[in-house]
Amino acid sequence: MKYLNEFRDGQVAKRMAAEIRQITTRPWKIMEICGGQTHSIIRNGIDQMLPPGIEMIHGPGCPVCVTPLALIDKALAIAAQPGVIFCSFGDMLRVPGTDSDLFQVKGRGGDVRIVYSPLDAVELAARNPDKQVVFFGVGFETTAPANAMSVHLARQRGLKNFSLLVSHVLVPPAIEAIMSSPENKVQAFLAAGHVCSVMGFWEYPPLADKYEIPIVVTGFEPLDLLDGIRRAIIQLEKGEHHVENAYERIVTYAGNLGAQQLLAEVFELSDRSWRGIGLIPNSGWRLNDNYRNFDAEERFQISGIHTEESPLCKAGDVLRGAIKPESCPAFGKECTPRHPLGATMVSSEGACAAYFNYGRFLSAEELANSGAVHA
Amino acid sequence: MPEKTAPDFSSWSCPLPLRDYPTIVMGHGGGGKLGNELVEHLFLPAFRNPALENLGDAAIFELGSGRLAMSTDSFVVQPLFFPGGSIGELAVNGTVNDLAVSGAEPKFLSASFILEEGFPLAQLAAVVNAMAESAEKAGVRIVTGDTKVVERGHGDGCYINTAGVGVMRQGISVGPNRAQPGDVVLVSGTIGDHGMAIMSVREGLEFESQIRSDCAALNGLIADVLDAVGTSVHAMRDPTRGGLASTLNEIATSSNVGIEIDELKLPVRSEVQSACELLGLDPVYVANEGKAVFFVAPEAADRALEVLRAHPLGRDAARIGIVTTQHPRMLVARTAMGSNRVIATQIGEQLPRIC
Repeated sequence: MKYLNEFRDGQVAKRMAAEIRQITTRPWKIMEICGGQTHSIIRNGIDQMLPPGIEMIHGPGCPVCVTPLALIDKALAIAAQPGVIFCSFGDMLRVPGTDSDLFQVKGRGGDVRIVYSPLDAVELAARNPDKQVVFFGVGFETTAPANAMSVHLARQRGLKNFSLLVSHVLVPPAIEAIMSSPENKVQAFLAAGHVCSVMGFWEYPPLADKYEIPIVVTGFEPLDLLDGIRRAIIQLEKGEHHVENAYERIVTYAGNLGAQQLLAEVFELSDRSWRGIGLIPNSGWRLNDNYRNFDAEERFQISGIHTEESPLCKAGDVLRGAIKPESCPAFGKECTPRHPLGATMVSSEGACAAYFNYGRFLSAEELANSGAVHA
Repeated sequence: MPEKTAPDFSSWSCPLPLRDYPTIVMGHGGGGKLGNELVEHLFLPAFRNPALENLGDAAIFELGSGRLAMSTDSFVVQPLFFPGGSIGELAVNGTVNDLAVSGAEPKFLSASFILEEGFPLAQLAAVVNAMAESAEKAGVRIVTGDTKVVERGHGDGCYINTAGVGVMRQGISVGPNRAQPGDVVLVSGTIGDHGMAIMSVREGLEFESQIRSDCAALNGLIADVLDAVGTSVHAMRDPTRGGLASTLNEIATSSNVGIEIDELKLPVRSEVQSACELLGLDPVYVANEGKAVFFVAPEAADRALEVLRAHPLGRDAARIGIVTTQHPRMLVARTAMGSNRVIATQIGEQLPRIC
């Protein structure tokens, strides 16, 4: 398959890993921001190919994982209302709210549908004028343009029955939050390639300067990841810190200008709570005044929901890179993909799910008793 | 049902699983863990008997002087017609295949229809004709049936149940619990075709080249293999719902062995691979309707592969792995990078991801 199999060549990977071993003289801690990268690293065993001192810290870039529990509870409440068609990407359906998940709401008669694009939800709204169609728009900069396009089109078509339950989060403020933390251990970042395909990487040089850290824009295939890691280590070993693009076949400095224009038209910056991490100022987008009437939170005044995080779940520490999934006492015990306590165990991009599914640190008995989501 | 008369889940044979979902969710039908738990903790304790106990694709029992196999399956696919087949072909081939992988020669089928008020007769005729053709091709006869109609809104056009009876072949003893260390794992062709064909039409996804379902009756192909190396075949399965991963995990668990497969050797059509990449799905979990997996003694593996490849339905057959004493009850894949990863049984349905 073009542009994929070339980047999965085992022989080339071995050569690149050997080169990394050669250039590494000291231990380094590198964070991959994106959950997709975490999964690729664990699935392909990239971390096992690295020299012993190189530690990959798994970042907060899993949209499902950082969506606040309160918003998930709100989604469940909206989805359960009669006359609502609640649309979502597939992997939000199993994320546990305080008492339930979207699958169970569906099982109890809620009209919950998996769609592949928010534009499909707009079509549903056009075809079902007597229903309120809500799209659960979560994610980083990557998914934001399509969500922006959905409200843009809904307004253009005069659809009064479409709204967006929106919780967008942004990578650069997350990097700031991680670097400002007194417990921070991260010495270099692999920036998320697909986020940068939309946004470019013009936002990152000030961060590399301010915190004196190398930032390498990195893709998702094994060779992409090895190349990103290699470039980060070269900078670290030389004591340099600048922004590099190791995903040139997709990412340009400026990014997708059309998408950025649309984002500016529809969204405005806002403070966001990150599940497990807390409030980060100016770390997300919400619909701006021009599009406020498409905001599901405004349209459905949901109040009186009781939201409670599991006290056992250490997802926050995992998302900040403070601990590895298997260091959480609940990992593989109270918390498994079939009975997740936190979103990091549910999402196909969550670090806990990655560790669990690819069988790290588990006995056959533990695996046999639990089951797993796929990669 | 009012709350107080609801069954007490905690008194069921295993206190853990079913309580996670007090109502039926789609995942209970997805061929993964949730479905297995229904069988293990509800159906099996309620119906327990020796023929049911082995939980094979078909039950095998002695009747008069012969050994028979019996199997049943219900079909609720949407859309009813898809590239490469329809619910009609599925309904016949699904039951034929369940009998064939149990080591039986499929003979007679029943067919029951649950039709929704308003369902066009022309579509029903197309489905029935497809069933007749498939039965003819597979060499089975549909000898009894039933029709029920439900009110509009209470069904999805057309549901079909088929049950089938077959005669066990002499001198064959296959079962999901008979895989042995050293066995070679063969698959009869490309994986994931049916699931991705359905998904591409169901969700209106447009791919450059159309993906066709692999729906086919496998009794001819299986008979060829058994004629050639019958006594060396220890286990056979058709990896339908839950895909190859679920089937191999089931055999690893039933036989208490480890299975190692080589990811690079898995036959996957490039259009299926591309569609899976796009949706964030893994082809090892995607359904097949015309593929079989064979666990064969090592000395007979080459011959079995030769026979498979000589059959029109087995042209892409491949040797994909081996059975080992290492990591019992686990399926481990060697990746293209040379590392190993565990492929677990999935919980319910695969979910396309956000980005």
